[in-house]
Amino acid sequence: MRRFAPRAVLLGLAAPVGALVFAVLVCAVVLAATGHSLFDTIDAMVTAAQRPRTFVNSLNSATQYYLAAIAVAIGFRMKLFNIGVDGQYRLAAMLSAALAGATWMEGLPSVLRITMTIVAAMLVGAAWAGVAALLKVTRGISEVISTIMLNAIATYLVSYLLNPARLAEERPGSNNIGTRPITEGGQVGGIPVSGSSSDLFGLVFLAAAVGFAYWFVLSRTRFGFELKATGLSESAAVASGISVKKMVLLSMLLSGAVAGLVGLPQLLGSSHEYSLDFPPGIGFIGIAVALLGRNHPIGMALAAVLWGLLDNSANALDLAGVPREIVGIMQGVIVLSVVIAYELVRRYRVRTEQREVGKALGSTRDPAADGPKDDNREEASA
Amino acid sequence: MTAGLSVRAGSTPPARGKRKLPALAWVGAIAAVLLVLSAVRVFAGATDLTSSGTVQAALTAAVPLAMAALAGMWAERAGVINIGLEGMMVLGTFGAGFAGYQWGPWAGVVFGLLLGAIGGLLHAVATVTFGVDHIISGVAINLLAPGLALFLSKLYFSDAPGGGQKQSPRIDDAQKITIPGLSDVLGAVEDKRWFFVSDVAGMLRGLVTQVSLLTVLAALLIAGSVWLLWHTPFGLRLRSCGEAPVAAESLGVNVYKYKYLAVTASGAFAGLGGAFLAVSSGQFRDGQTSGRGFIGLAAMIFGNWRPGGLAAGASLFGYTDAMALRGSAAVHALLLLLGIALVVVAVLQLRSGHHVLSSVAGFLGVLFGFWYFSSDAVPAELVGAAPYVVTLLVLGLASQRLRPPKFIGAPYLRGQGK
Amino acid sequence: MPTEPAGGEPAPAVELTGITKRFPGVVANSDVNITVRPGTVHALVGENGAGKSTLMKILYGMQQPDEGVIAVHGAPVVFASPADAIGAGIGMVHQHFMLADNLTVLENVVLGSEPGSAVALDFAAARRRIRDISDSYGLNVDPDRLVDELGVGERQRVEILKVLYRGARTLILDEPTAVLVPQEVDELFGNLRELKAEGLTILFISHKLDEVLSVADDITVIRRGTTVASVSPKEVTARKLAELMVGTALPVPELRESTVTDRPVLTVTGLTVTGADGRRVLDDVSFTIHAGEVLGIAGVEGNGQAELVEALMGIRAPAAGRIALGGRDITRLPTRRRREAGMGYIPEDRHRQGVVLESTLWENRVLGHQTRKPSSRGPLIDIRAAKADTERIVRDYDVRTPNIDVHASALSGGNQQKLIVGREMSADPVLLIASHPTRGVDVGAQAAIWDHIRRARAEHLAVLLISADLDELIGMSDSLSVILRGRLVADHDPATVTPEQLGSAMTGAEGED
Repeated sequence: MRRFAPRAVLLGLAAPVGALVFAVLVCAVVLAATGHSLFDTIDAMVTAAQRPRTFVNSLNSATQYYLAAIAVAIGFRMKLFNIGVDGQYRLAAMLSAALAGATWMEGLPSVLRITMTIVAAMLVGAAWAGVAALLKVTRGISEVISTIMLNAIATYLVSYLLNPARLAEERPGSNNIGTRPITEGGQVGGIPVSGSSSDLFGLVFLAAAVGFAYWFVLSRTRFGFELKATGLSESAAVASGISVKKMVLLSMLLSGAVAGLVGLPQLLGSSHEYSLDFPPGIGFIGIAVALLGRNHPIGMALAAVLWGLLDNSANALDLAGVPREIVGIMQGVIVLSVVIAYELVRRYRVRTEQREVGKALGSTRDPAADGPKDDNREEASA
Repeated sequence: MTAGLSVRAGSTPPARGKRKLPALAWVGAIAAVLLVLSAVRVFAGATDLTSSGTVQAALTAAVPLAMAALAGMWAERAGVINIGLEGMMVLGTFGAGFAGYQWGPWAGVVFGLLLGAIGGLLHAVATVTFGVDHIISGVAINLLAPGLALFLSKLYFSDAPGGGQKQSPRIDDAQKITIPGLSDVLGAVEDKRWFFVSDVAGMLRGLVTQVSLLTVLAALLIAGSVWLLWHTPFGLRLRSCGEAPVAAESLGVNVYKYKYLAVTASGAFAGLGGAFLAVSSGQFRDGQTSGRGFIGLAAMIFGNWRPGGLAAGASLFGYTDAMALRGSAAVHALLLLLGIALVVVAVLQLRSGHHVLSSVAGFLGVLFGFWYFSSDAVPAELVGAAPYVVTLLVLGLASQRLRPPKFIGAPYLRGQGK
Repeated sequence: MPTEPAGGEPAPAVELTGITKRFPGVVANSDVNITVRPGTVHALVGENGAGKSTLMKILYGMQQPDEGVIAVHGAPVVFASPADAIGAGIGMVHQHFMLADNLTVLENVVLGSEPGSAVALDFAAARRRIRDISDSYGLNVDPDRLVDELGVGERQRVEILKVLYRGARTLILDEPTAVLVPQEVDELFGNLRELKAEGLTILFISHKLDEVLSVADDITVIRRGTTVASVSPKEVTARKLAELMVGTALPVPELRESTVTDRPVLTVTGLTVTGADGRRVLDDVSFTIHAGEVLGIAGVEGNGQAELVEALMGIRAPAAGRIALGGRDITRLPTRRRREAGMGYIPEDRHRQGVVLESTLWENRVLGHQTRKPSSRGPLIDIRAAKADTERIVRDYDVRTPNIDVHASALSGGNQQKLIVGREMSADPVLLIASHPTRGVDVGAQAAIWDHIRRARAEHLAVLLISADLDELIGMSDSLSVILRGRLVADHDPATVTPEQLGSAMTGAEGED
């Protein structure tokens, strides 16, 4: 929450814009090397993105990416890596789909049904993340390792439960299996957009609300302050009366709860069941989006929309004779180069700030024992 | 004129038990494990538990895991966490598919290694030069690599004979060797179904029959890593970068150089693991690695960041993999084995005074035993989760025995040590 | 005394001439001149932050000077890296040990200059060589032990061995006694005398004047980045040396009239803290601080002060004992509740516990006060009020900063410390725990901080003051206790005690001489 200063904004934009430009350059080289035209590729994607349907689909994807990004960002702000968003949302979507589709739910009022589904998804996500949190606070196990393991376990657990003998039923005429379809009363209606055959997910508002809550909690509340302080310096947090274990537990549970929401826009908005073809991997996209958006509620929203546009306009590429995976390459390059760019900008900012404070005060700073080195790094790693 | 030099030692913490078990104890431990295995085999009637076929299959499954684990160890010993292993393996599978179908399996292996090394180099650039968080860089590589592999796959394999958009044409398998006389003799003994003797014979037979040269190469690489990392100046310097980079720097070790070498080598090993996977299964396929990079990471942790340990971890996880493929009776018996292992952990923890851990382990052990006796089969879908569950159990119940390199994941900038 | 060869002075083992080193916005060293005679122990003394460490990094090749010449045995040299310094026979024993816990002593020692070939490290040769050195200098080091298993004194000997293994003839020891208990200090000094007798040269960096006076042959004083005097220990007193370090006559910390009341604020009874290995690091400590009283705790660092402070703040759980604040038992309260009950805390290591370097000044003002006005209202942070109060602290406590939106990392140590003091005083605490409150700050800030403590004391604040600066302790305290190996061993009246008496009580030497 620094004051508005044009240079700060420019510095903030330098990294993502630079990364985008760099990614386009890399893709241009790849395309040129493989005998494709960069301009045809861009033309095909831009044309596709202008179609209302592609745009709506992009926003729909972005809704889920945004939720995943917030789940990841809650951890990031505390230097916790919830790599497990992926497993958390899949397990949550699967179980809440089974609940929402259950026969006995059909008699309940729509609002209650949907609320119950949402709450169930959040609880499942939080519980799965809670395992990692518990292992961390009681046994000191890195959440990176445990969530990687829990992701894989979730995959097997979902495939175990998604079985006609258990929570799923077969789809006659295909080899797909899914949970019992959610009937009308349990669904969340979409918002029709003129010119588009697909509707905007109704739960886009849920994502916006979560984004607002994320911003509010982090920048305005005591809890958010304590969370950020813990992330920046655990030792200072402890000395300030913050219980780090409690914060780890709470932030991990919160992150898991938000992760639980990731699958819902699609589940309640369009697919109405959890089946074998439910989209996987959104948790990892969430990491990318959170990195690109710098954990900022608006930055992540922009990044999520960009990601959605890239994904959905990629479909048009195959028609233009370019493998659509060029988009995957571009996304990968964006993530890798944006983190490098942020790091470079951060180093530059620390240096200039120290110099300017020194200059503003007009005196030589006494190099109090620690010298001029960039202390932040050490604190950051603690 | 000097005051008599005091030779009193300072405050010495109580000496801990010997860190290394003597060789005899290892033999005893292995014998004990084999005994339990044989007993469970007889008790459960699960012949596959110790059959030569299972061991062969386990070996094939274990080799890519062991390479991934070795890759993880190389990077982490130098202080760099590498969860990009999965992505580097993917690059390896593509490289093997690309070169393998055109110029034979060994060309595939070399190409897989090279592509993996490039992935490792990328990770090194991000983490070492630019100080990017190791986890983030790893995740980015895991996002990038499959996209790249699929892009290239469409480009090069779509029109190749026998290839497709998501798979390469066939690759010939590497040569397999059998030790002629020994294999037959052991086979004869195995068929007798004698308690213990046949079990040992069966397992040994699996190790000398139809062994791929790739497996032999993998074993040589693991042994070579032991030598290189623990018996040469190069290895000492590399490990010092993971244990105390600033100390290494103060002694003139070029920490950046060793980190670069280690992480690039890590990528190469991961690529090799991917290449082994592609060659032994006959082609490159999209999504072929299916999380093996992460299992490799798990095997490395299970093996306490040591080559012998990670080989054991990879074998164990390869073994469960092989069992899952070979039918449910043997898999069911694994529950009992897991239960027994947990009870052993409980006893060990009790002896070192960790009562809570001991009770948790004991409780879980009894739970698995109960599961075994109250069911007839384990759902096939759950067997795949075994490596991950086992790793979490090891971390949760025995982590005080684990000793990761002290500075893994920590950023290091030259000239900034205190 | 080292015997000097006939035929005049030999060339200096190390000679620094006109060394200057600048960092962005800072001049760490300017025009430093030091001459170290071979075969002597040469002490370099200066305040924390005077530029000693930067200078030693330059001498050891870890940083390069912007100006000036380094000469070794009369020949000018340029050190681009520590390897060059090692090549010239200079070795450094760092204050924070540069050892890998997970490696053996042997591995730590030979790292970087391993015997044997590229494909096989010759462990047997290394072991022999280490035993040889260990025996000839009486270092008593076992090459095959894991460093993790060694105590602090042993680790230091490994560090010395590391340097000797590389053939160093000149050893730099950076604050070697900071981490040692007194008998380990004696052992170290024994080792140093042994090394000197073998003809080695030792450059000894310290700010502990009594130690310097007892072990050094020559002393160079560094102040604000430049060398200000070279003296002989025979011709100088500790007080004179201290004045040279600080520059002006020392600002004398003193309290005017007593403000001590008979209302106990903090009552500690039988407080015991055990370390990870079960050892009692704090053993049955009892004391009372009254409103308006400053209780000073004197002691060599590492004798339980840090544990005492952390136990009082609720950061570390005591094994036994009771802590009462204003009659209320707070032994089991978490840190936040203790702070809310009126405990202020100036931590020993401000970068670790005092400020969040990557946060702005106003955010740092909220830190530790996030549950109280004006920083928060209920569950919400009151940004406007917090900022306004930060402005007040910056004004009242003279924190030199362009604005309150810069990150704490951009401020100098002294200004960070003034911000911390202002923050801790802002909530009108009843008890202030001040651990080395003026460590590493410039003299101006030091005087200001003392002023603030005095003023608060007059308003009935109770203060626990822990410091390594004996003058500060004697001058600022109403009563004094000495802590030794986790126990409070003696009480002194600050009005009558001398630093010398206090010093001997701190080392347990009381009554021996």
